[in-house]
Amino acid sequence: MITHRKTVTAWLLLTPMIVMILGVSGYPLIKTIYFSMTGAKLVAPDLTDSWVWFHNYVRALSSANFREAIWHTTYFAVISVGAEVVIGVMVALLLNEVFVGRTLLRAMLILPLALPTVVNAMMWRLIYNPDFGALNALLVQLGMLDAYRSWLGDPATALDMVIIADVWKNFPLVALIALAALQTVPRDLYEAATLDGAGMWNRFWRITLPAIMGPLSVALVLRTIEAFKVFDIIYVMTRGGPASSTKTVSFYVYQEAFAYMRVGSGASYALIVVLISACLIAGYMYLIRKHGEA
Amino acid sequence: MQTSLAKKIAIYLGAALLALVIALPVLWLFIMSISSSTHLTTLPLEWWPDSPTLENYRSLLIYAENTPSQSFLYAIRNSIFIALAATGLSICAAIPAAYSFSRMPGPRRKNLLYAVIAIFMLPPVALVLPLYTVMSALGLLNTHFALIVVYCSILLPFATWLLKSNFDTIPGDLDEAPIIDGANRLQAIWYVILPIARPALGAAVMMSVLLSWDEFFYGLLFTNDIRSKTITVAIADLAAGRVADYGLISAAGILAAVPPVILAFFMQKTLVSGLASGSVKG
Repeated sequence: MITHRKTVTAWLLLTPMIVMILGVSGYPLIKTIYFSMTGAKLVAPDLTDSWVWFHNYVRALSSANFREAIWHTTYFAVISVGAEVVIGVMVALLLNEVFVGRTLLRAMLILPLALPTVVNAMMWRLIYNPDFGALNALLVQLGMLDAYRSWLGDPATALDMVIIADVWKNFPLVALIALAALQTVPRDLYEAATLDGAGMWNRFWRITLPAIMGPLSVALVLRTIEAFKVFDIIYVMTRGGPASSTKTVSFYVYQEAFAYMRVGSGASYALIVVLISACLIAGYMYLIRKHGEA
Repeated sequence: MQTSLAKKIAIYLGAALLALVIALPVLWLFIMSISSSTHLTTLPLEWWPDSPTLENYRSLLIYAENTPSQSFLYAIRNSIFIALAATGLSICAAIPAAYSFSRMPGPRRKNLLYAVIAIFMLPPVALVLPLYTVMSALGLLNTHFALIVVYCSILLPFATWLLKSNFDTIPGDLDEAPIIDGANRLQAIWYVILPIARPALGAAVMMSVLLSWDEFFYGLLFTNDIRSKTITVAIADLAAGRVADYGLISAAGILAAVPPVILAFFMQKTLVSGLASGSVKG
């Protein structure tokens, strides 16, 4: 009887959240699935309904542009998250040492993190500006570049320049998570290893990395999921251009649905993104179950 | 352990490099914001304005109709209002839910918790089309209400998850005792759990405010005039505008960054421990 009442209370306490989640996430998700199998247009989505089954998906997957957008997103995610993890770990190792100014440097890491994404994107856009940007001026004045370049205007460099801006904002997150993990590693472990003749490299691979692997892998998956959603930095810096060279899947869906007003096929693109994200989210769930239950 | 001289030099070089990498872009944004646009478009570029000016800030902060200040100040107001309302709404629903997840575990509720976390990670493009058509059918585009409701899809799962992992650290006896004495669950949450969890509650509130301040995608799609346009959308508009007043754009960026940066520095410790524990524990 008492356990029964407790169960009822447990569900009652969950009710406000469940109602809100179903309203703002559950219902829309199901409706998106429905849209994706119709030829709905944005002008009057319910009037233009026509059931097309999986036609939108087939078209999406056979579209070279969409496959290109998936490739750009994957490239963006792999390179930026990879760089964030490597730089983040190096910074964490640095900040784990004792030196003057360590606290200040740690506080400074908060700055890129707290800077709104849109402001970060705008800042880098100004820095990369082909005519008056600081990057051109700096490189030319240092003699490292002969003439001004259009960093974001060149399809060959645009995506990499966006990645640099993303890495600058997000490596501190990885660094702070890795640093928190590093500080739980006992110092005498290193001393013992040094006495046993282990070099710096060995100590890193045998002690440091295994110790921070849990939180680090979680940070890695989290950042990858975020990177797959990437939209605002692209929108502000390049709008997918030049020549689609920075068009990612989120931007592609946005264009298909809101610029070309094709809700149906936009929804099918969105769900392909969801499927990719779902695999990543599943990976994340696996990691928190494995590392979080201890 | 003895630190060798070479290692010391390497550490300080690394520290200096890191400080430069973090500080230079922001410092340049600040310098641009106190420069006139003619100064910024003079070649070759000079790194410090001969006559620093607060003119850019003044033209954003002193209200005048049909000037950048009008849309900017409205956008700040909209963002503050939307962030606070969405945070309030989400936290109110998240507290009892987190309590239920933490105190009354059962296999099905546990799966529900994972579903909630998964929703937090869903790309917004998966939800935006139906939300847009519903809002448009109800005539709610360009209202605060639309964004407040939609932001809950981001804030609520996040706040629930953060609070749940904190409630887990509070010993169960503390709230079971008053319940045995006849208090109900809500009283136990209000009088026992919340006072203890106040730091976590503060962190959840502040991080929710940061998340909604940073949101751009829904804001871009659901708003298009000063009634409801948020600060991130206003910044993107400025950056994309034909008029290349770099000084003004930079000042807008600095001003939009001030609230979240102050908030983040203020809660540095909670932020870091929240990031670390929140990302490790489910």
